[in-house]
Amino acid sequence: MRKNLKILLVLFLLAGLVSTGCKKKSKEQQAKAKPAEENVIKIGAVFSVTGPASFLGQPEKNTALMVVDEINKSGGLLGKKVKLIVYDTEGQEQKAVMAVNRLIQKDKVVAIIGPSRSGTTLAVIPIVMRAKIPLISCAASRKIVQPVSERKYVFTVPQLDTFAVEKLYEYFNKKGYKKIAILTVNNGFGASGREQLKLLAPKYGIEIVADEIYGPKDTDMTAQLTKIKGLNPDAIVVWGTNPGPAVIARNRLQLGIKTPLFMSHGVASKKFIELAGKDAAEGIILPAGRLIVADQLPDTDPQKKLLLDYIAKYKARYGSEPSTFGGHAYDALHLLFEAIRRAKSTNGDKIVAALETIKNFPGTGGIYNLSPQDHEGLSKDAFVLVRIHNGNWELLEE
Amino acid sequence: MDLIQYLVSGISIGSAYALIAIGFNLIYNATGIINFAQGEFVMLGGMGSVYFYHYLHFPLIFAILSGILLAGVTGILVERLSIRPIRDASILSLIIVTIGDSILIRGIAMLVWDKNSHALPSFSGDIPIRFLGAAVSPQYIWIIVVSIISMLLLGGFFRYTITGKAMLASSVDPVAARLVGINVERVTMYSFFISALFSGMAGALMTPVTLTSYDIGISLGLKGFAAAVVGGLGRMSGALVGGIILGIVESFSAGLISSGYKDAITFGLLLLFLYMRPQGIVGEIKAERV
Repeated sequence: MRKNLKILLVLFLLAGLVSTGCKKKSKEQQAKAKPAEENVIKIGAVFSVTGPASFLGQPEKNTALMVVDEINKSGGLLGKKVKLIVYDTEGQEQKAVMAVNRLIQKDKVVAIIGPSRSGTTLAVIPIVMRAKIPLISCAASRKIVQPVSERKYVFTVPQLDTFAVEKLYEYFNKKGYKKIAILTVNNGFGASGREQLKLLAPKYGIEIVADEIYGPKDTDMTAQLTKIKGLNPDAIVVWGTNPGPAVIARNRLQLGIKTPLFMSHGVASKKFIELAGKDAAEGIILPAGRLIVADQLPDTDPQKKLLLDYIAKYKARYGSEPSTFGGHAYDALHLLFEAIRRAKSTNGDKIVAALETIKNFPGTGGIYNLSPQDHEGLSKDAFVLVRIHNGNWELLEE
Repeated sequence: MDLIQYLVSGISIGSAYALIAIGFNLIYNATGIINFAQGEFVMLGGMGSVYFYHYLHFPLIFAILSGILLAGVTGILVERLSIRPIRDASILSLIIVTIGDSILIRGIAMLVWDKNSHALPSFSGDIPIRFLGAAVSPQYIWIIVVSIISMLLLGGFFRYTITGKAMLASSVDPVAARLVGINVERVTMYSFFISALFSGMAGALMTPVTLTSYDIGISLGLKGFAAAVVGGLGRMSGALVGGIILGIVESFSAGLISSGYKDAITFGLLLLFLYMRPQGIVGEIKAERV
């Protein structure tokens, strides 16, 4: 009997967990259903709000809701209210396809922002191309928008890996670093970074003397670092997302390696410094969007005011620091609003034509210059180099 | 000089594997079960310590003890709620149940805590100790010393104490053990408790150097299992030998062959041992168990 009681207790606790989760969901659905159907501009959003890529989708959804509330408070768009319909992809391709189909066929949206991941974006491209609905993706793969001739309705806002690599290599040229070692994580992000690092090295006269890999769940990289140390490179470049790079920074300190350490924009968050610890993170240089050093930018920087404004509003509404990823949703929506204003229409072809005329448009990710040939809009100048000093970011002088 | 560093790195990470392998052996010795939720006990020790330290602001030593205790209590719960109710089922069914337990514990940890990685401060600072030109983090000295002491203590426990002998007896033949007056249920519970304590300790000790997250138990559990098999399941000295061999193979293959194939080589070693020498390095063939 006592045994059964205990089992009941556990079931009860589990039921409690499940039901609180459900409650949250039904509230969201109510909120979605509220605005009147008439006289609104409907915009669809597909983000990986839950699942392994929720670190992308959650801030994107938060930001999108905030931006739409703001525009509605200031009078809406073309005299109409904007209604945002958000669906969760859970980071899965088939769910993204279902969500986009539903947005186009049932909800009849005029344009879509998202998805969060490159994989989910590539999966939905055929659908939006067929339906002639503009899609502004929040995923950072060049494959999404190339070749542009076959991707008329597809745009993407994040800074691409290529730009980060170019920014680093430019710095290496300036410092006279010729031999570098690369250590990349064995997943999509690391593989793409490794490809770009190897592709661009000859152009900058840089030789890769060690090309090492580590697993996303590895807990000790001293072996790879020891090998790299023996080859005596001018710089070490690590391409990965937490926690791997933090472990590498700690291992480097442990081995007493003095070679300068460079990382990717994948660790441009305070979490990295916290994980690596102040001592191990000291002196690491990485390319990052301007968001994390917004307060250190010169006042002449066209992005400064916008970034500080976004950070303050996000903090006030959600009580946490915004991330670069939330910024992607901010940029996607603002570009879309601007295009609809210029087109004075919500017709898909007209929105695309208007998007392609946008020049010198400041966003959180950089200054956007779109054209019929360029659906990315950013260049390597979307990145700045930052150095970690005393547990904080420090903007490197250009 | 590089070779010495590979060796030192291998021994360091290997002794952490050894500590996890000890957990596998404890439950195996008492019940014959291979507990695939062992990695989750490691995770609970680490994540629990992080929770008590960063969020409840316990002093480091108490946070770690509480984290280890959390793992231990979870060990008891796993035994009570999922093993005891079906204790008459075959060993294979019980092993499958532990896989379910591991998924459940991982899911609860993800919901209660979060999906991020977390760190703890090192127990005695971060200044590396130099040894023949190789460097080792002081945290690894803790791990090496603790795993050697654990191995000696537990080896003695099974050889010289009544409770230890009762544990061995219940694994060899539960019915006969019951006939001579051993409380087999209690022995099983003890084994889960002690095993979870040791794995939790491994988790807490490793967190300052390897970091921890809700899903770290998957890979560490597998490495610990591999170490236990290579050394010989059920043998305390085997756990240490197996763990260190595994760590050294991993370190040398990453350094000398290819870091991309490191895991393929280590798990290849596991398969090789399962085929060629299932009783492990220090084990002897026991006909009745095969």
